[in-house]
Amino acid sequence: MRNLVLSRVYGEPAICENEILRYAGCKEANDATLALMKDCLKKAKEALSYRVCFCKLPVTVADGVCAIGDLKFRSKDLAINLNGCDEAILFAATLGAPFDRLIAKHSHLSPSVAHMLDAIGTERIEALCDAFCSDIEAETGAALKPRFSAGYGDLSIEAQRQIFALLGCEKQIGLTLTDSLIMAPSKSVTAIVGIPTSKT
Amino acid sequence: MSFKEFLSKNIVYLDGGMGTLLQKQGLPSGEHPERWNITHPDVIVKIHRDYFDKGSNIVCTNTFGANGIKFSDEELENIIKAAVENAKKARQQSSCKKEKFIALDIGPSGKLLKPLGDLDFEDAVTLFAKTVKLGVKHGVDLIVIETMTDSYETKAALLAAKENSDLPVIVTNAYGEDGKLMTGATPCTMVAMLEGMGVDALGANCSLGPKQLMSVADELLKYASVPVVMNPNAGLPKSVGGNTVFDVLPDEFADDIATLIQKGVRVVGGCCGTTPEYIGAVCNKTEGIAPKTCENKNYTLVSSYTHAVLFGDSPILIGERINPTGKKRFKQALIDNDLDYILSEGISQQEKGVHILDVNVGLPEVDEALMLEKVLSELQSVSDLPLQIDTSDTEAMEKALRRYNGKAMINSVNGKSESMSAVFPLVKKYGGVVVALTLDEQGIPDSAEGRFQIASRIVNEAAKYGIDKKDIVFDTLAMTISADNKAATVTLDALEKIKKQLGCHTSLGVSNVSFGLPNRDAVNSVFFTMALEKGLSAAIMNPYSADMMKSYYTYKALKGLDENCSDYVEKVPQLISVAATPAEAVKNREDFGSDLQKAIIKGFKDKAKELTKQLIKSTSPLDLVNSEIIPALNTVGIGFENKTVYLPQLLMSAEAAKSAFEVIKEGMLGSGANQSKGKILIATVEGDIHDIGKNIVKLILENYGFGVVDLGKDVPAEKIVEKAIELHADVVGLSALMTTTVPSMERTIALLKDSAPWCKTIVGGAVLTQAYADKIGADYYAKDAMEAVRIAERII
Repeated sequence: MRNLVLSRVYGEPAICENEILRYAGCKEANDATLALMKDCLKKAKEALSYRVCFCKLPVTVADGVCAIGDLKFRSKDLAINLNGCDEAILFAATLGAPFDRLIAKHSHLSPSVAHMLDAIGTERIEALCDAFCSDIEAETGAALKPRFSAGYGDLSIEAQRQIFALLGCEKQIGLTLTDSLIMAPSKSVTAIVGIPTSKT
Repeated sequence: MSFKEFLSKNIVYLDGGMGTLLQKQGLPSGEHPERWNITHPDVIVKIHRDYFDKGSNIVCTNTFGANGIKFSDEELENIIKAAVENAKKARQQSSCKKEKFIALDIGPSGKLLKPLGDLDFEDAVTLFAKTVKLGVKHGVDLIVIETMTDSYETKAALLAAKENSDLPVIVTNAYGEDGKLMTGATPCTMVAMLEGMGVDALGANCSLGPKQLMSVADELLKYASVPVVMNPNAGLPKSVGGNTVFDVLPDEFADDIATLIQKGVRVVGGCCGTTPEYIGAVCNKTEGIAPKTCENKNYTLVSSYTHAVLFGDSPILIGERINPTGKKRFKQALIDNDLDYILSEGISQQEKGVHILDVNVGLPEVDEALMLEKVLSELQSVSDLPLQIDTSDTEAMEKALRRYNGKAMINSVNGKSESMSAVFPLVKKYGGVVVALTLDEQGIPDSAEGRFQIASRIVNEAAKYGIDKKDIVFDTLAMTISADNKAATVTLDALEKIKKQLGCHTSLGVSNVSFGLPNRDAVNSVFFTMALEKGLSAAIMNPYSADMMKSYYTYKALKGLDENCSDYVEKVPQLISVAATPAEAVKNREDFGSDLQKAIIKGFKDKAKELTKQLIKSTSPLDLVNSEIIPALNTVGIGFENKTVYLPQLLMSAEAAKSAFEVIKEGMLGSGANQSKGKILIATVEGDIHDIGKNIVKLILENYGFGVVDLGKDVPAEKIVEKAIELHADVVGLSALMTTTVPSMERTIALLKDSAPWCKTIVGGAVLTQAYADKIGADYYAKDAMEAVRIAERII
C-alpha cells in the first residue's frame, strides 16, 4: 500500500497564555480577563482531546502543478512552499467534538466565555500542530517547511475535499467536512508540510 | 437455520478486513472501494470466499461507504446489487461446511450530524434507509452497522434499518484509547440506546487492537443483555520497507479473541489489517469453547450522548424547572421563542447537581410538538444530561423521542388502556424508560393496594409490547396532605409495595405533597427523605430548594452512599450559607447606584443581578436603565471603541448588564411595556455553522435596547426573508465566517431587497470587508459588535 495513514493521540501540549489573550483580542488583560481565561482553561481541559492523522507522500512540482502522492494541486504558492522537497507530510489535527459542544453551550449562556474558549481552541490547535511537526522534525531530522493549508494563497479551499478523501479523516480522528467546506469539529487544521531533501 | 436462531446458540464468526486487502490488490488512494464490486468482481468474490473457507459465518458485503452522499441513485443500486451477488457467489463456491450468512455492511456517512456538523438527523435516516432498502431488495440475511464514531449517527442508521427491514441488525462502534466514542459516548451509553431500540447484537470494531479493547468489552458485557460483538484491528499499522504491516500477528490475535470469548463475547471477527489467515487462526484456537449464555441484565438505564444514568441505590434527581406551570417568565420565554432563557434553566439545574432534566413546554399558545423537538435538540447541544420528555401529546412525544440522542426518560404513561396503547409502541420503537402513573379510567385509587394493582396491570400490558419492567419507573402520585391527611402515607405505602413486590424503580413529583401549605420546602424535603427510606429511586424536584438538596446529601451520607461524606462536606455548608445571604446583601441604599454601575463595568454578573433585585424595589425600571445601566454600558462601549477596553471585558460587562435587564424584565412582565428601540433579525447564513460572533452582536444589541430575534445558524435565505416580513424587521444582521458561505449571504440580501425592500442589511464575519460587503449588495458592514450598535442607532 502506498498511502499509509497513521493516527496519533497527544497529551496536552504546553499552554501559552499570551497567545490565548492575543487570539481573544486582548492587548492588556485586567484581573477579570485573567480570571475569565483561567476559568475557561479549567472548563476546556476535560473537553479537549488532541488527535492527528497523517501520511507521508512523495512530492513533485512541474508546470505549476504540485503532485503530492496521487493528489494534484494547481498552486504557484504551494509550489514555492514545497521548493526543494521530495516528500511532504499531509496531516489533519483536531481538538474533537466535545470541545465544540462546550463552546456551543457557553455561546448561549455567556458569549464572553464562548469567546475565550474559542481563543483557547485556536491556541490549542496551533500548539497541537506545533507538537506534531516538531515530532516529525525529530523523526526525519529535517527542518520542515512552514505549514500550508487549503485556502492559503492561490491554493483553493476546494483542495480540502481531496485531502479529506486521502486521509480518511472521519474514520481516523472523527473530523468531517461540511458541504460548504467547513471542518466539523471546528477547532481543526489540515495542512501540507514539505520535508526538505537533505543536501548530504 | 435463521441467523437469529444461530446467534442464540453459537459463537458467531464474522469476517476480517476488506479495505486493507483491496489496497494490497492495487486499489488506488481516493478511489471508492465499493466500485470494485462492479469493476473487479473476481477480486471481491475471492476475498469473501477465503473468509468463508477459513470459517467465517458472516461475510459483510463490500458496501462500507455505499451511500447516497458518495454515489448517484443508479450507481448505488448497481454497487449494492453487485456487492450482494459477489457475496452470494462466494458462499456458493466455498467448500466450508459451516453456516453462512451475508450481511449488508453499512459504515458512517463521513458527515457529522447537526448541531456539530451539517447533516440533519432525518436526512441521515433517509440516507441510510436508501442503502438498507437496496440491501433488502437484493437479498441479504442481516445488516451490520459498523465503525460508527457518533451515537447520533448510529441511532440514525439503526432506525433506518429497523424502519425498512425485518432483518437482524448488529451494531458496532469505534472506541478510542479513552474507551469512548469520538463524540464522547461510553460503552454503557451505547448499550442503553441500542438495546432500547431493539438491536440484536452490539459491540466494538476498528480503531484498536484486541488488547486495547478488553476494557471496552468488559463494560459492554457488564451492561448488555444481547450478544456482544468484538472485531478489533490487527493492532496498529506501521510502515516496513514501504509496506504496511500491523503489529499483532494471527496467533496472538487468536489468543486475545479466545480471551474475549471466555469473558462472554459471542460474535467475533476482525477489522483493519486482519485477513482470512487471522480468521482461520481464530476459528482454530477457539473451536470448542462453549458460548456463554447472554443473561438479561436488570439495569434501568437512561442516557444522553455521553453517559448513562443508572437507577440504583443512590437517589436520582430530576430537575423540574423546565416547565411553564406557574412560571410567568418561563411562559413568556416560550411565547417569545426565547430559547436562551429555557436553555439557561437547564444549565443552572445541571450546575445544582441534578442527574436528569424534565422537559415540559406545553402551553396553549405554542405548537407543543414543534417546540418540544426544538427545545430538546437545543438542550442536547448545551447539556449532556439525559432528558425526561414530559408531555401528554403523543405526537409531540414521538417527534421528541425520534430526535433524542440517547435513551430518554418518558413522562408519562398511566393505567388507562388509551394511554398504554399510545405510549408503549413508542417506547418499544425508540427505547426509553417510561414513568408510569398509578391511575386508570377510575381515577387515582385512595388505597396503596389499588395503586399497586394498577402498577401490576401496567407491567403485564407492557410485556405484551415486549417492554421489560426494568424500563418502567412507577410514580405512585404524591397528593397534597392539606386536602387529605392520609395522602402521603398512601403514596409511600404504594411505593414500597411496588418496589418490593414488582421489583420496579419508582419516581415521585415530590412538591405536590405540600400544595396549599406554608413553608412548602420544609414539608417537601421531609417527605422526600421519608420516600427515600421507603425505596424511592428518583424524584422530580426543584434543585434550587436548599432544603431538598440538604435532604438529598444528608440521606446519601447517612445511607453510606457518600464515601467519606465528601459530597456532604462539600455541598451542604454552601447550601446553608446561600440561604443566609439575602439579609447580608442589603446594604446602605445610597450605595446601590454606584455599585451597580461598578458591577457592570467590572463584569460581575451575579452581583449586578443581586443589586438590581434590591434597587428595583425602590427605583422605577426606566430610571434604573437610564441612570445606572446605560451609563455603565456607555463607559465600557466607548472604552472598547477607543481600544482601552478589550473584547472579553466588553462581553463580561454586557452579560452583567443583561442579568440586570433580566431582573427588570421580570418585574415588567404583563405590564405591556415594550421599550425596544427597533426590531433586528439576526442569523448566520445557510451553510455556515459558526455563531460565536453572531451571539456576541446579539448580546450587545440587546443591551442597547434593540429587540433582537435570533434565527440561529445555517439559516436558509427563504426563512430569513419570511421572518423579516413577518416581524417587519427594521434591520437584518447576517454573519458568515467562510468565503464558501458568502454566496448564500449574497443570495439572502438579494431576496431581502426583492421581498422586504424597507429592511436594511448589516453584515459581518471573519472574511468580510467593506469592499466585500459592497460587492454583495449589503447596506452596511460592521467590523465588530459596537459598530453594529452604532449603525443600528443611526438607521433606526
